[in-house]
Amino acid sequence: MSAPHELVIRGGTVVDASGERRADVRVVDGEVVEVAEGLEAPGSATVLDAGGCVVAPGLVDLHTHLREPGREEAETVESGTRAAALGGFTAVVAMPNTDPPLDSAESVRNVYALAQGAMAQVAVAGAITVGRAGERLAPMAELAALGVHLFTDDGDGVQSAGLMRRALQYATGLGVVLGQHCEDRSLAAGGTMHEGAWSSRLGLPGMPSEAEEVMVARDIALARATGGRVHFLHLSTAGSIDLVRRARAGGVPVTAEVAPHHFTLTDGYASGYDPVFKVNPPLRPQDDVDAVKAALVDGTADAIATDHAPHAPELKDLPFDQAPPGMLGLQTALALAVTELDLPLARILALLSWQPAVIAGLDPAGGGTQGGTVATGSVANLCVVDPTATWTVDPTALASRSRNTPYAGRTLTGRVRHTVLAGEPVVIDAEAQR
Amino acid sequence: MSHFPAHLLSMDDLDADAIGEVLRVADSFAEVGRRANPKVPALRGRTVATLFFEDSTRTRMSFETAAKRMSADVLSFSAGSSSVKKGESLRDTIETIQAIGMDAVIIRHSSSGVPARVAEWVDHCAVVNAGDGWHQHPTQALLDLYTVRQSLGGGQEGTDRFDGLRVTIVGDIRHSRVARSQITAYAALGAEVTLVAPATLLPPSLDGWPIAAVSHDLDAVLGATDVISLLRLQAERGSGAYVPTMREYSAGYALTARRALQLPPEAIILHPGPMVRGVEIASEVAELPSARITDQVGNGVAVRMAVLFLLLGQGSLDGAAA
Repeated sequence: MSAPHELVIRGGTVVDASGERRADVRVVDGEVVEVAEGLEAPGSATVLDAGGCVVAPGLVDLHTHLREPGREEAETVESGTRAAALGGFTAVVAMPNTDPPLDSAESVRNVYALAQGAMAQVAVAGAITVGRAGERLAPMAELAALGVHLFTDDGDGVQSAGLMRRALQYATGLGVVLGQHCEDRSLAAGGTMHEGAWSSRLGLPGMPSEAEEVMVARDIALARATGGRVHFLHLSTAGSIDLVRRARAGGVPVTAEVAPHHFTLTDGYASGYDPVFKVNPPLRPQDDVDAVKAALVDGTADAIATDHAPHAPELKDLPFDQAPPGMLGLQTALALAVTELDLPLARILALLSWQPAVIAGLDPAGGGTQGGTVATGSVANLCVVDPTATWTVDPTALASRSRNTPYAGRTLTGRVRHTVLAGEPVVIDAEAQR
Repeated sequence: MSHFPAHLLSMDDLDADAIGEVLRVADSFAEVGRRANPKVPALRGRTVATLFFEDSTRTRMSFETAAKRMSADVLSFSAGSSSVKKGESLRDTIETIQAIGMDAVIIRHSSSGVPARVAEWVDHCAVVNAGDGWHQHPTQALLDLYTVRQSLGGGQEGTDRFDGLRVTIVGDIRHSRVARSQITAYAALGAEVTLVAPATLLPPSLDGWPIAAVSHDLDAVLGATDVISLLRLQAERGSGAYVPTMREYSAGYALTARRALQLPPEAIILHPGPMVRGVEIASEVAELPSARITDQVGNGVAVRMAVLFLLLGQGSLDGAAA
């Protein structure tokens, strides 16, 4: 299905960075042309019912593992963007830890080519270092020239403080952002879950909170010294949150994302040794979960990012210490936020749409079409959310090629009803249209 | 045979009553082991598989002897000689073995939690944990309890409780599945457990552990110890990096002849084996009458017979041990 000439979304409440108002939305040739109450729809127009729903800018995921190229049995650009669209996302930032890694112009162009016709916009995060090996800088200017705005060695942190400082200095000249997966290898190596009461009891090697926090502290110091922009990926501990809160109060240019599993699940979920609960950074105790939630409430966290990390079922049947870390996230993120966070929907949408769009450089001010206000002249990247609908997570019904959701059987409130990508309704009534 | 669990995965699965039952049933089977023909029909027609994904001669022999003395058919499966080497997944291996038809699988694995996962995957098949990673080794703890009970006056009225017994566990507790099982087991029977180790060889958190004390000074606790259990420094798990040198470790934590003299006269010395003489225990200490290390091995067969019987057996114990 291609974009209809004319699309009218009727009966909803428009919510975006400018506020909320009862309005219908008319889209012609992919562009919003009218936002007003009581719009008529000609017989030729496609009409989407938004009664009882919120019409918002499409969600933007700062942290998606699409696995292609290299791990197509776990996910592809096609299956991953279908999951994204069903989750209300109109853009995802694809992480570079593919095989080969996204550390060259050729590999970035390849992902862009794979993403032609995908069900969500795919932005690429480039690697900071060649091969994500942490030894020498990737050609960041070449990648930036292709539109890459976020760089990260995600999956690993940049271990060398000296190299990270150099990368930040270099990045200042390019206007790009460096995303850090904070994990000090000398503290975390061999760890399989949060180091604490549960890991001690279960006899599993742990990753202490300090493994994350020492790198957060280090990179705050480096950001302060260089003026380079650091974005902290998936922060998971109370200590990390506190460091970021104080850094920002002191004017250091850092931003932070948190993942839904870190505000919904504790390390105790690993007690049955099911690797579906294995993730990096690991699930933490309740105090950390509470701190992550507080960070979303007080604005220390700028975004909710899924860290959608598909893994083939046979890999999640390995013993806990051998199974790869990671969880699906695209189709459950919004509902988990609605269900678990004590925040108005407009704040949740800010955390999932326009704030991450700015960090990714995909917002209108950054030259993109994501996360902007729903207004005449904007590109129609939209999601329509029913904030009161409930649904039960069924791993086999997810669009991902993998099944590793830790929320199987959970009933959640808040459902993505329609998703519109550049004027095309790619999801209608929670069904993917292609 | 009240509330015996379907699987034995952890000492947490057994309450004091269930532990007492294992010890009493083991008494009957110990008697069987002393006969000229040490065999009873208790598990005739039942099939038991040992699945050892990690090398272990003594534990496997102990379990297989236990099963055979009860007339069970025993299949022996080791990772080195099996399809596991060809890349078969753990889950497929378990499903294959279950399709052949097993009443019990006895599993050892270097990864914590594998027996618990397997227990979720099987139907109508008891899973016995024969040691998983750093997590648990419940039959080792049970045979320690049996050995201690024997030395306290074996099977007499009141000896199924260890109230007031002072147990000291020394060594690499961090990486020890034996210690995790022992601590739960001794505490369940009322003993006071003290852990002695350098801080680097303790678990990162002891929150909620049923222990009386932690010490870094072995000499200070020896005089108040009724049972001392020594653990091997698990060099193959990288424990060597947790202390500066083996010499320094031994100087602080080995049970030397001089230290053994500080124990009360009735105290007994246990070691789950294999021992590294000269590192955690002096050779001459291992030979003392108070060292019950060989008894532990012998008792292991009777205790494992009891565990298999309680998991699989039907009918009365009187008939089973006859």
